Amino acid sequence: MYGGGYIPGSASPQETPKEDPEKLAEFEEKINRGEKIEPHDWMPYEYRRQLIRMIEQHAHSEIIGALPEGTWITRAPGFKRKLALMAKVQDEVGHAQLLYSAAETLGKSREQMINDLLSGKSKYSNVFNYPAKTWADAAIIAWLVDAGAIINQTTNSKGSYGPYCRALERICWEESFHLRYGYDTVVALATGTKKQRQMVQDALNRWWRPIMHFFGPPDKISVHTEKLVRWKVKLATNDEMRQQFLNMYVPKIRELELEIPDPILHKDPETGKWVYSDPDWDEFFRVINGNGPCNKERLAVRKKAEMMGQWVRRALHNPRQQYVTPLA
Amino acid sequence: MDPKQEAIKELLIKMADDQLIIGHRHSEWIGLGPILEEDIALASIAQDKVGQSYTLFQLLHDQFGTADPDTMGFLRAENEYRCCHLVEYPNGEYDFSLIRHFLFDHAEYHRFDMLQGSTFEPIRGIARKFKSEIKYHILHADVWVRRLGTGTEESHQRMQAALETAFPLALGIFEPSPYEQVLIEENIFPGEDALRQRWLETIQPILEEASLQMPDPSSVEPAYGGRRGYHTEHLAPLLEEMSWTLRYDPEAERW
Repeated sequence: MYGGGYIPGSASPQETPKEDPEKLAEFEEKINRGEKIEPHDWMPYEYRRQLIRMIEQHAHSEIIGALPEGTWITRAPGFKRKLALMAKVQDEVGHAQLLYSAAETLGKSREQMINDLLSGKSKYSNVFNYPAKTWADAAIIAWLVDAGAIINQTTNSKGSYGPYCRALERICWEESFHLRYGYDTVVALATGTKKQRQMVQDALNRWWRPIMHFFGPPDKISVHTEKLVRWKVKLATNDEMRQQFLNMYVPKIRELELEIPDPILHKDPETGKWVYSDPDWDEFFRVINGNGPCNKERLAVRKKAEMMGQWVRRALHNPRQQYVTPLA
Repeated sequence: MDPKQEAIKELLIKMADDQLIIGHRHSEWIGLGPILEEDIALASIAQDKVGQSYTLFQLLHDQFGTADPDTMGFLRAENEYRCCHLVEYPNGEYDFSLIRHFLFDHAEYHRFDMLQGSTFEPIRGIARKFKSEIKYHILHADVWVRRLGTGTEESHQRMQAALETAFPLALGIFEPSPYEQVLIEENIFPGEDALRQRWLETIQPILEEASLQMPDPSSVEPAYGGRRGYHTEHLAPLLEEMSWTLRYDPEAERW
């Protein structure tokens, strides 16, 4: 699951090469015709750089995202939920595997990407820097965070880079099962005992702001991305996706008689757009820059896993084998 | 209940408990494996084990009127569990987890192979299905044990040390049941001794290929007790964690 494809990155590095205008025109025409760009096709340096950044962030988000939910596998209430949550978190790790492979087709190895994650050089979705305090948090994540991810990923699956689009299509299929599982779990809590209802309401209160942040900063403060739109790297704006999410899920949340913790949230009858309170974008940037409630813990767990697995990877390493870019 | 019924019930409960606890342990690897592919593989195996446990508790419920699977699996008192000590131990590092998986799954494979011919008819089909799943668990374990046993000096030493730690625990799988004779005479199950023999014959050549030295079973004290409800200090916290949400609101009918 992932929604933060638009985590602000650094500006283009100074050494961006000047592209051959003929090749660039050909490349852009191809995209205009709706054709996909494949790994061995010519592509501008900036296109490759942005895609690696985006797919890599997406892959990292999947493995880091496995952590907050994963902690609830061992506490899941009963066989049915335990089995379903294991399958779900397994899917998320599978998505990471698929996405690292897609990014590798652009020339960066999985190992390099993971090293950049551990050193803090490359980011992952902010939403995973918040704790999943109760079983209901895991339920809200599976329903609403995955719902957000589906909106984002369905949009991106219509992008221009073939391997990423194909990975996203498969991911969206799996995410749609997660969404059903998450909804079913939330319904069980919302229609359950007083304690269960309170548990899920508290979880919604905790997660609403991170979910509003999930689609990225508002368009008016987002980095200008005209070229990325033209190259079909970016297909919808952050605000468009946030509106789509609110349209689809506010009624469903209210149907369960859960209260959304935003007193001014309403749809403006004239514009047809949702109006909501400012979700504190300063906090969004604070968390992105490493100061969220769980940033340190998440990276520490990841680092420990990497360290503990080193001897295994060393034993697998065969110096006679050559690095092969995965098929995509 | 007559001894035959008691014997079957006891056999089913220990198998269901083993599957649940080892599945729970494997699932703790999700997100933390040495490579992503291992997180995925262990998650698959964990789902099979927990699913098998569910099937066995359902069978117990249907045939012997025990409580529903969630109550049996998640909410019994610690001393009512009949799992072996091997499955209770924390995952430790990948070396211990892997060798445990190897030792446990080879025993499982033979156990369910034997149960395919049981006179207790309802277990036969179940055993056949489980065997078809465990076949892949064994393939997975064997590949890794060979690879790490013969990988680097470091991986070899780690695997050998893990084998020595896990082996006495694994012998605890075969702790005889008080109903051993009934099971054998009634052709329900050929008995833990026969299973242990087949297990030893299977694992020895694989360990040899992996350059690992199997401890001499006659010189090792098997870790018994689990089958009688005496557990290591690791089981109670595991059960507390596993039942945490269910116990949070005992009034809840549905989760």
